[in-house]
Amino acid sequence: MSCFACIFVPDFPAESIIRMEPELRALPVAVLAGKAPLEKVFAINQNARALDVEPGMTKTQLDAWTNLVLRPRSELQEKSAHQALLDCAQSFSPSFEDSALDTVLIDLDGLEHLLGTPPQIARQIAHRTSVLGLEANVAAAFDPDTALLAARGFPGMTFISEGNEAKKLGELPVNVLFEGLLSPEQQKKTDTILETFDRWGIRNLRALAALPEIPLVERLGQEGFRLQQSAQGSHRRTLKLVQPSLTFEEYVELEFPIVLLEPLAFVLNRMLEQICNRLTARALAAQELKLCFELATEFRAEEESENSVAQKRSHNSNSPSVHAARSLTFNRTLKLPVPMLDARVFLKLLQLDLRAHPPGAPIMKIHLTIEPAQPRAAQGGLFLPPFPEPEKLELTLARIAGIVGESNVGAVELSDTYRPESFHMKHFAPKEQDPLNTPKHSSKTQTSSENFACLQSTAILLADGPATTSITNPQESEAPVTALRVFRPPLQAEVTMLEGAPVRLACPKKKNVCGQIIWAAGPWRSSGDWWEQEGWARDEWDIMLQNETGIALYRLVRDHFSARWTVEGSYD
Amino acid sequence: MSAASLAAISRPFLFDSAVLNRMPEFPKLAGVTPASHLEVRPAPERVSSGVSQIDALTGGLPRGCLTEICGPQSSGRTSLFLAALAAATNRGEVCALVDAGDTFDPVSAAAAAVDLTRLLWVRCQEKQSYSNNYQHSNFTSKVNRADYSILDQVLRVTDLLLQSNGFGLILLDLGNISSRTARRIPMASWFRFRRAIEVTPTILMVLEQQPTAGSCSSLILQLKTSEPRSAKKTDIRESVPAQLPSHAKLLENFSIEIELSHTRLERKPSSNTRTLLRTHSAWAVS
Repeated sequence: MSCFACIFVPDFPAESIIRMEPELRALPVAVLAGKAPLEKVFAINQNARALDVEPGMTKTQLDAWTNLVLRPRSELQEKSAHQALLDCAQSFSPSFEDSALDTVLIDLDGLEHLLGTPPQIARQIAHRTSVLGLEANVAAAFDPDTALLAARGFPGMTFISEGNEAKKLGELPVNVLFEGLLSPEQQKKTDTILETFDRWGIRNLRALAALPEIPLVERLGQEGFRLQQSAQGSHRRTLKLVQPSLTFEEYVELEFPIVLLEPLAFVLNRMLEQICNRLTARALAAQELKLCFELATEFRAEEESENSVAQKRSHNSNSPSVHAARSLTFNRTLKLPVPMLDARVFLKLLQLDLRAHPPGAPIMKIHLTIEPAQPRAAQGGLFLPPFPEPEKLELTLARIAGIVGESNVGAVELSDTYRPESFHMKHFAPKEQDPLNTPKHSSKTQTSSENFACLQSTAILLADGPATTSITNPQESEAPVTALRVFRPPLQAEVTMLEGAPVRLACPKKKNVCGQIIWAAGPWRSSGDWWEQEGWARDEWDIMLQNETGIALYRLVRDHFSARWTVEGSYD
Repeated sequence: MSAASLAAISRPFLFDSAVLNRMPEFPKLAGVTPASHLEVRPAPERVSSGVSQIDALTGGLPRGCLTEICGPQSSGRTSLFLAALAAATNRGEVCALVDAGDTFDPVSAAAAAVDLTRLLWVRCQEKQSYSNNYQHSNFTSKVNRADYSILDQVLRVTDLLLQSNGFGLILLDLGNISSRTARRIPMASWFRFRRAIEVTPTILMVLEQQPTAGSCSSLILQLKTSEPRSAKKTDIRESVPAQLPSHAKLLENFSIEIELSHTRLERKPSSNTRTLLRTHSAWAVS
């Protein structure tokens, strides 16, 4: 017969807050709800209950306790905690029911061979919910409602063997039938039934189970019959299975605004650990990190005037934006080159990113979302060339970007044009060598960049070069290719011409690039984009100068539009 | 200790195997390993530089070692750099280029068959704030302030790359940094770099005008443009008679003289220390 486990988190609103602030677990905590100054206690934890704090108390009444920690209710944090609960259930079995915000029922059918006996499975479930930051009651039984009532009624881990349901559940009070977070309509109906039981003198489930069936149905209807069957442990039903969404987000509302990076890192670390635990439970990894800060609104007045101008100039989603709800948000997105699952690496990447792009105002709320992806599977090989670890490489790139600037580090990609200096930098993400396709050391394969270089050489020769030509494939020749060292920006030059050829060169900003030109080849004319606004047309000369160390070869360029001479680079 | 034992120790024991075998018997010498039994550090693995003449001259680039390529402008340093880069990327290795002068030409690299997807390019540029901080410093009055800020970036970036591991070849292009500025790189930095790559398969190659790493480098190649030889068809000066117009001339190649000025690696005693090399341009004719 199928066994079921129930995870129930008592004092769920308080637990969802303590999950993000573990240091509060040992302290009495009260969660307030409602509009100031009429807030009332919505939920408390066990330590507050021991101090006789009760739900419904006003904030003024709570002043009597000096060590009581007060927190506002956060529905977003409750939602995150609920998602964590579902992730925990999913990690054990794909068949589970989302009974309530604080309750999940799991079908343990088929798990005995994998995870052991039901008490062992219940123990593992309790451990995993603890890792996710929630202290829950876990109960296992042979019908779902019995497991549910046992989880609500008995603290810690409970197992009810088949046939002992009525005996074990009998001692529980009748209000366990209605525990947990209820909507106002459900609460009203519950109060009516509990009042009826109270008038009848029904205090525990044993008394309810002993009531005659037909008179109970006549007075309370089918609901009463269902409650009696639950009390007897004989109500058999199937679970309403759910498929949890692949949403991994954590939300924290701070009591005091955070200004410095160090305390922010402390909070982010906790959020990242929680999300990584949830991803681990679902056997997933992270592909993208999205961070959203809600900034302190007292700075909004100063920022508004700047933002209205900034918004007109750019539409960068990473700049602070003003929403219709009159709050200031700051967004950052980190795209990872490969799926990763290391909270420390994520924290370091976020720290480096925030150091380079600070939010500019104190932070009130933090919303962290992670896009999940399948974890990468790497097949290693004995004879593969060295390759940097993706996590380490990502951190190194972030640190280097902090030194030289984000736009000055990365891989270079040539653009599909003959315009000079036409390339762009992109994020460096090399692909690991496939062990089945090791590179050939004789370099027989031609990469796209080599194809482009050959095509470019062909284009230059066909345009202006000598009549008899053929293309030399650099791979087939053993001699190295003559390289150009580019001057960025190009050096302004003054050139003296004689009979259409340059004979003297002078660079005001570089004294050693001056002198008599002893050899010159050119001009090689190229132009393009004449149909665009920014067309280009130039003459290139290869020249040789005599200097103190010997000879030096340069590329001299004359721009047709500006009629200026520049030294573009030196052949080395 | 007996007289016989003392006599045994007082003899030149390095060549006395009988004493060496009895060393564990002497309590005070029980933990001492004789020098002849010490482990010999294995020779570093050598890989091709992409140019057969360089491989014949040096035996290949050594892994886990620092190699310096020195020479003035237009001496062929960058061409050798790109050849080594092409060889490394085509072996499937990930490479990094720390470009102190922002002089890297992607088109030349593509023509040299470098796999640009496996090359990390770090462009070091002068930071204005750094220059302003040192504007009134007497120390930097003689040193190019721009070069100094760039050197700081180069050293920090190189440290990060060496710590991250996994790179097959890391190139430091200091070709545009003056020798006077390059000599201000502390020797401790070179020692630190050498120590970082010692037990790794990473090759650290530095391009500069003059050698600056001292004893930290395992291989130093000095390059210079060879004097043009007359009546050589491929010589750039005399490939075409002077009366023809300029556009008929073509930069086809130039000759490089390479000298192996220093090596800490094993070589055959009779091997040459100089070689001649010709480059060819990407638009070379057959």
